[in-house]
Amino acid sequence: MTAAADLRARAEGLSAHLPPLLAAADHLAATVLLGDHGRRRAGMGDEFWQYRPAHAGDGARLVDWRRSARGDAHFVREREWQAAQSVLLWVDDARSMQYASRGLEEKAARARLLALALTVLLVRGGERVGLTGPLAPPRSGQAQVARIAAALAVSGAQDYGTPDARGIPPHSRAVFISDFLGDISAVEGALTSAADRGVKGALVQVLDPSEEAFPFDGRTIFESMSGAIRFETLKAGDLRDRYRDRLAERKDRLALLAERTGWLYLCHHVDTPAQSALLWLYQALERRN
Amino acid sequence: MWIIGPVGFTAPWLLLGLLALPVLWFVLRAVPPAPVRRRFPGITLLLGLRDDAHQTDRTPWWLLLLRILAIAALIIGFAGPVLNPQVQASRSGPLLILADGTWADAPSWTIRTTRIAQALEEAGRSGRAVAVVLLTDPPAQAPAFQSADLWATRLPGLTPRPHAPDPAAMDHFAATLPAGAFDTFWLSDGLDRASRAPLLAALEARGSVRVFEGGRATLALRPARFEEGEVRLTALRARAGGADQAVIVAHGPDPLGIERELARAPITFEAGETTAETALVLPGELRNRITRFQIGGFQNGGLRSAGAVALTDDALKRRKVALVSGRADREGLDLLSPLFYLHQALAPTSDLIEGADIAQLLPAAPDVVVLADVAQLAQADADALTDWVGAGGMLVRFAGPRLAASDVARDAADPLLPVRLRAGGRSVGGAMSWGAPKSLRAFGDGSPFFGLDIPDDVQVSAQVLAQPDPDLANRTIAALQDGTPLVTRSRLGQGQVVLFHVTANAEWSSLPLSGLFVQMLERLAVSTRPGAPVADDIEGRVWVPVRRIDGFGTVSKATDLPGVEGADLAAALTGSGASAGVPPGVYASGARQIALNVIGADRVLAPARWPDWVVVEGLSAAREAPLKGWFLAAALLALIVDIVASLALGGLLGRRVAGTAALLLLALAAGVPAPGTAQGTQTADAFALRATSKVVLAHVLTGDVALDRISQAGLRGLSAHLFQRTAVEPGEAIGVDLERDELAFFPLLYWPVTPSQPQPSDQAYARLNAYLRNGGMIVFDTRDADIAGFGAASANGRKLQQLAAPLDIPPLEPVPSDHVLTRTFYLLSDFPGRFMGRDVWVEAAPPDAERAEGMPFRNLNDGVTPVVIGGNDWAAAWALDERGQPVLPVGRGFAGNRQREMAVRFGINLVMHVLTGNYKSDQVHVPALLDRLGQ
Repeated sequence: MTAAADLRARAEGLSAHLPPLLAAADHLAATVLLGDHGRRRAGMGDEFWQYRPAHAGDGARLVDWRRSARGDAHFVREREWQAAQSVLLWVDDARSMQYASRGLEEKAARARLLALALTVLLVRGGERVGLTGPLAPPRSGQAQVARIAAALAVSGAQDYGTPDARGIPPHSRAVFISDFLGDISAVEGALTSAADRGVKGALVQVLDPSEEAFPFDGRTIFESMSGAIRFETLKAGDLRDRYRDRLAERKDRLALLAERTGWLYLCHHVDTPAQSALLWLYQALERRN
Repeated sequence: MWIIGPVGFTAPWLLLGLLALPVLWFVLRAVPPAPVRRRFPGITLLLGLRDDAHQTDRTPWWLLLLRILAIAALIIGFAGPVLNPQVQASRSGPLLILADGTWADAPSWTIRTTRIAQALEEAGRSGRAVAVVLLTDPPAQAPAFQSADLWATRLPGLTPRPHAPDPAAMDHFAATLPAGAFDTFWLSDGLDRASRAPLLAALEARGSVRVFEGGRATLALRPARFEEGEVRLTALRARAGGADQAVIVAHGPDPLGIERELARAPITFEAGETTAETALVLPGELRNRITRFQIGGFQNGGLRSAGAVALTDDALKRRKVALVSGRADREGLDLLSPLFYLHQALAPTSDLIEGADIAQLLPAAPDVVVLADVAQLAQADADALTDWVGAGGMLVRFAGPRLAASDVARDAADPLLPVRLRAGGRSVGGAMSWGAPKSLRAFGDGSPFFGLDIPDDVQVSAQVLAQPDPDLANRTIAALQDGTPLVTRSRLGQGQVVLFHVTANAEWSSLPLSGLFVQMLERLAVSTRPGAPVADDIEGRVWVPVRRIDGFGTVSKATDLPGVEGADLAAALTGSGASAGVPPGVYASGARQIALNVIGADRVLAPARWPDWVVVEGLSAAREAPLKGWFLAAALLALIVDIVASLALGGLLGRRVAGTAALLLLALAAGVPAPGTAQGTQTADAFALRATSKVVLAHVLTGDVALDRISQAGLRGLSAHLFQRTAVEPGEAIGVDLERDELAFFPLLYWPVTPSQPQPSDQAYARLNAYLRNGGMIVFDTRDADIAGFGAASANGRKLQQLAAPLDIPPLEPVPSDHVLTRTFYLLSDFPGRFMGRDVWVEAAPPDAERAEGMPFRNLNDGVTPVVIGGNDWAAAWALDERGQPVLPVGRGFAGNRQREMAVRFGINLVMHVLTGNYKSDQVHVPALLDRLGQ
């Protein structure tokens, strides 16, 4: 098969997933009402902000004649200042995200869904959305949703992902979605470098319920998703408490990290509805500085 | 074989394998369970953790124990364990299995055949040749020893006989025993028998004899006796044990001829007694119907043994005899009364009714009417009597002065007299006559009195004489020495008329004074045998078995058995008892019936006595039971449990799966079948809901798909028209399967007739009849335009006749012009469908229906006609498809449309008729009602 044909076949295979993902993301985004995204001050925008008396320098075009006709003074209709913001998303594409316990969707699927739904929402709000890294720099408009969806469909080969803080403009917003089960120092580094540039955002840790509960027993050989790491235990049930202690420790560390850098942290489980996480994310990005 | 306690092992050396179990224990302990591979992203958090202790890598002790037990069960299973091993079965040489096979064996026959099968199996295992002999049916030659398998196949054919072994046959069998030494296994019925000792001696001379006895207690019933107005019954038992209770049940046909239980009486054996008595007091009608008594009161209906059944015969039956005398009773002259001797002769054995009025006597349903010197009967009485005799009654008339003096049957034959009579009669041997009194001639072959001894002192001095007609000789059944008839008989319909040419008292002859008179009455079946039959009464005639009884006490008709000589029957009745040649049952000769029962009237049961040296085994003898299968099954089960438990331990089973597996295992172990029959009732409920939530028209599914579709579309169209035009708003029509569906929900059943449809079953017809009785209506449509006029000329017409034959259909007539069907909704004069056929048939109006004064219509039958039969293919005319368009064309052009409209109107009238009944018919009363209201 030629390279071009192969590429096309893969592209078609990929794009075949897009409409359902887009539809699901749209569906999820529709549950969040748009609004109060303004800058709470007069400026450029679509929404009415206030009437103010016209003063010299205001062009006749700016005078709101309907309001002015009610009295003697002239009024100018001011609109609320609406400024577009850059929001950058990083979605972990590592193999560990492909894990799913029986009957549930993969963590990666949930992460992509959240990211894309957030994209739809933000694009609808007029923001510029993009992915960290070179694939999809922040842009606004519906076409960006498709671009991001296509970029999200790519999955990586490494066991655990490291956040990619490249390409995040200063003072913008960022969202990192991952299971954060890999090396914590990489997360730490990426977060601090972002915070140094005045970037604020949110960390969303997506976990499978079995990762939370550790429902295993008996003699077990655990392997990482690629099989690179192995760990054997004779009685998995005995490790449960210690594992959960370590997981709690990891979560605490992430929360602490977020607090120190002014980010927000959420632990989201695959078996809970995506809506709550989306609402939380939306509110987190709405947060005033 | 190696035996410990009740268990023996066929391969005991294998048990040494049990010694290896402790070794296995240590080996199994040392091997930890296999690990499970599992992908898990959280592994990074696990790295560096260590397992707590070392004992966790061992298999848990209970799992080890389970495995050890499984292997132990395997080892023991293959070692061939046998419960209650029979060591003595290891003998060699031929084996003779002897069974008495009498009625006393019957209640526990299955036990005996099982024991024989077991003995055969043992013999087969040790390779012995076997012969199985039933003593009640011994082989003519010496029994041949054959392989046990061969006999095992013949075992189901062995049945007990209803009689005891014939002593002569037993002696013959003892004499023809096969040569050579052999052992004997004798299954005895437990009853003492004199003929047994010689046979036992002969058998012991050939080899050892083992005896088997046991099973249910042997109970027997003596024939019922009728004494002092009650039926006395005596039950016997072989062993006098403690007090015991049983019930004796009387069976017989009910007035409809169906065999059922007529009465029952408890019977109690006192402790230490072998006989018990009870008595039943029954009305004559009931008593006469009893055909047998049976010891019952057990769960399976009765004791299945011929000995527990007592057949009844004439001895228990009491005939009802009506005595009519022509002469008014004269006080104080009993000896001259024409009925006095009849009284004396009949009273012990019959129920007598007396009276002068025949019209009052006949309703009492007597078996016999005796007219003593009654000459002239009123015409009504004569007619009633003729009818009664024609229906099977027996009229016995006695002559006398009045008959002699009258003109009855003088010129023309009287149906109530067998012969024509000459005037006056004759008198011989009197003071005024020459000859001596005549005596009787011996009875001829064809006479019912044949064989009776004629006492010398019976003399006739006067009689009425018969006219010499051509058939006089045939009708004469007793004559005097000079050939003049003394008793004549003729048939009339199903009954007979008998005339004694002498008086019933001693005026004309000494016959009524003799015992011959009683015997003659008995032979004529005027009276019945009072007690045990006398031998010379039975001998000389051939007795045909009517009913037989088999070893289990089942009574059946005996049509395939040959007749029995009276002498043999008499011998069987008096002493020797029933045998293979004279099997027990009911024998008939002419009108008389004699029951030969298994148990004689003075039979006593005694338990068998065996010599001390003979081994008698009872039922308690433990059976040999191989346990190999059970042990292997237990091992297998333990291994299955081990698999599930290991999987669960390894975490390979989710909790739910484990639960399911455990349930499955439980179900397997308990052999519980899965429940699953509730579905049928659910669909039936759904059907009922569908049929009853609205008015629903129904059609019969004929199996012809195209026709069923047309019917469905037709009823759909009719329903649509009803919805449009009337207050009836039907639901979707339903096709019903007559075999399966309940019909009661439907007001109307449209039944198209096609020659190919199957005939409904009897149950379906029962339900159809119930449907018609409860007000349902069936519309039969032959769909052939009635070209044959419902004759057999069209295939559909023939099929209609077949289909409707079992239905409960009243008389029919073509719809009269004033039938309510013509005006229930529309005024109609004819009833076209797709064809403009001829008549439509409905239930006929009552013949007394009359037109009321001033009314346009007759007051016809009250109610709905249960059937409408026509051939106009109405459904095809009504049929609409889903879009409301007609499915089939009707007629041509406008005339066709009008015909379709008329068909629909007929359908609407039909449904209205079903739903409103005769409401429109009642409207003829409206003027009268208004008048009564004063308006």
